Amino acid sequence: MKRIVLLVSGLLLAATAVAPAAWADDEMEPLKFKSDVGNVAAVQRGGRDFLAYCSGCHSLKYLRYNRVGADLGIPDDLVKQNLIFSDAKIGDTIQSAMPAQSADWFGRVPPDLSLEVKAKGADWVYSYLQSFYLDDKRPMGVNNVYLPGVSMPAVLGELQGWQKMVTRKEKVGDGEKDVFDHLESVQPGSMSPEEFKAFVSDLTNFLDYASEPGQTQRVALGLPVMLYLVVLLILCYLLKKEFWKDVH
Amino acid sequence: MAIIPNPYKTTGFLGWLDDRFPVSKLWREHLTEYYAPKNFNFWYFFGSLALLVLVNQLLTGIFLTMNYKPSADGAFDSVQYIVRDVPWGWLIRSLHATGASAFFLTVYAHMFRGILYGSHRKPRELIWIFGCLIYLALMAEGFCGYVLPWGNMSYWGAQVILSLFGTIPYIGGDLQTWIQGDFTPADATLNRLFAFHVIALPFVIVGLVFAHLVALHEVGSNNPDGVDIKKVKDPVTHIPLDGIGFHPYYTVKDMVGIAGFLIIFAAVVLFAPEGGGYVIEPANFTPANAQVTPNPITPAWYFGVYYAMLRATPSMFNSAIWGVIVMFGAIVVLFFLPWLDRSPVKSIRYKGWIFKTAITLFAIDFLVMNYLGMHEPNPTRTLIARFGTVYYFLFFLGMPIYSKLDKTKPVPERVTE
Repeated sequence: MKRIVLLVSGLLLAATAVAPAAWADDEMEPLKFKSDVGNVAAVQRGGRDFLAYCSGCHSLKYLRYNRVGADLGIPDDLVKQNLIFSDAKIGDTIQSAMPAQSADWFGRVPPDLSLEVKAKGADWVYSYLQSFYLDDKRPMGVNNVYLPGVSMPAVLGELQGWQKMVTRKEKVGDGEKDVFDHLESVQPGSMSPEEFKAFVSDLTNFLDYASEPGQTQRVALGLPVMLYLVVLLILCYLLKKEFWKDVH
Repeated sequence: MAIIPNPYKTTGFLGWLDDRFPVSKLWREHLTEYYAPKNFNFWYFFGSLALLVLVNQLLTGIFLTMNYKPSADGAFDSVQYIVRDVPWGWLIRSLHATGASAFFLTVYAHMFRGILYGSHRKPRELIWIFGCLIYLALMAEGFCGYVLPWGNMSYWGAQVILSLFGTIPYIGGDLQTWIQGDFTPADATLNRLFAFHVIALPFVIVGLVFAHLVALHEVGSNNPDGVDIKKVKDPVTHIPLDGIGFHPYYTVKDMVGIAGFLIIFAAVVLFAPEGGGYVIEPANFTPANAQVTPNPITPAWYFGVYYAMLRATPSMFNSAIWGVIVMFGAIVVLFFLPWLDRSPVKSIRYKGWIFKTAITLFAIDFLVMNYLGMHEPNPTRTLIARFGTVYYFLFFLGMPIYSKLDKTKPVPERVTE
């Protein structure tokens, strides 16, 4: 009997622990990226870069400028001087600079990125930003390994340089198919590959922060709560033992 | 029989109350002098835990309702408003979302406990039936709540579930439109699901939980040995020898369970609020979009088993209703469990190898089906899901036969531990 109980509870635990909830089998596995929202300097740099390079087209409509300032330790006047490029007020959310009537410039409205990391994962964002390659067949002349048929132009191309896709042959059934192997630089950009990687890391960290601005506070609250509950558990257990002394 | 006010002859303020309302009577009959078997084990924590989670859902739900906007235009934004701008809104929301999963987890464990120890057997059939009704209402509640954030998985989940009504012959299409209030899930749908989620279903659930407990206290709790503790009583006090007062013994014991549970619960809320995609799915961080179908559409984890059954059942005679029938049949069959089980003993401890094998396979089947329901189907998975569906029904419908064949051990007079 004990064994069955153990087995079943073991299985229940295993089922909840194993594997992500769902995945699509045919998607490219993104590069691994461990985001660090606690690294305030990185998130600050990412925020600056986001507002300089991305906010022209992409909004962060759930994130307020002064919230960014408060969370990242930037005084309001510095936020106004360095981060607000529009006539937005300090308590406003971050809107894109794109006029509404030109929303279809690129064939689709540039999505809001407030929740991009929650929706697609930091790994994916980090991989996507590095994986634009030249492709004549696309209207913007570029395509992306992690978002085939991407509408967005390679905004960071000048920094990263330009790359092309190198394929290899792989057997599929009877025939052969070209599949993605790696990206190869054809023209260097203004940043070295290491600098660009650090740039994308900062951006990803910032977008991770933007997807849940309170996450560092949440985790910080976790430790005292756990400590409290463990003490509570011990006290409850001792109380139970005391009360149950007369049960035979 | 006349009701005697204040049977315990209390005095003072309590006496004043007892003359008018049965405070002491309720306290004694349902707590200090409600005698529960002394041998409850780990599995018996889940009833009180489910009650705790219910209270959590009701309380956090009230505060969420204060800031949530039930409209197709405003729902998604209002959830982000709650988690970002409302003070402690993120915590309230996370407690509620995690609570939904915790509710099903505790209820599943609680039901499994019932099957293990025969808690559904005579004279507790109605407790079991009330429990099944709670489970059914909880599924409806879970579904409605799942739709409210109006993320993309909410939308497509609503699409899948509401289209189940559309499979009914002749009236299906019109019925679905009537239920949705539109031709697709839309603003009207969201509003009515909100009404069900915050008023109708909680009302039903609380009422059923009350009935569940009234029925329990009428007949007394079962125990891991499945023996009736009321058979052996102290000749003088008439208190069952194996019974102990629910309060303080089980109130303090349940506090241990609650503290342990809260450690796990708080760990999810504070360190992994998305619960690895089980509590909040990545696809639900994108607003509802009728043009973009999430790939694959996955149900909330607690519906995985039934979704697997739905998909595994082939369409026949130009109708997809068979899957819906199988799915609902899987829940309906639960109601009949007290009469399907013909074993002379209640508890698994005194049952033979047939039942032990059957229930172990059932537990594995349940987990496998859950996994299959949440992952993209392929021919192998569909085949496994079909076997899994058949076994699910075999476990219940075969029970009248195998529970009789099974060799049982003699049941002791008194509880063992």
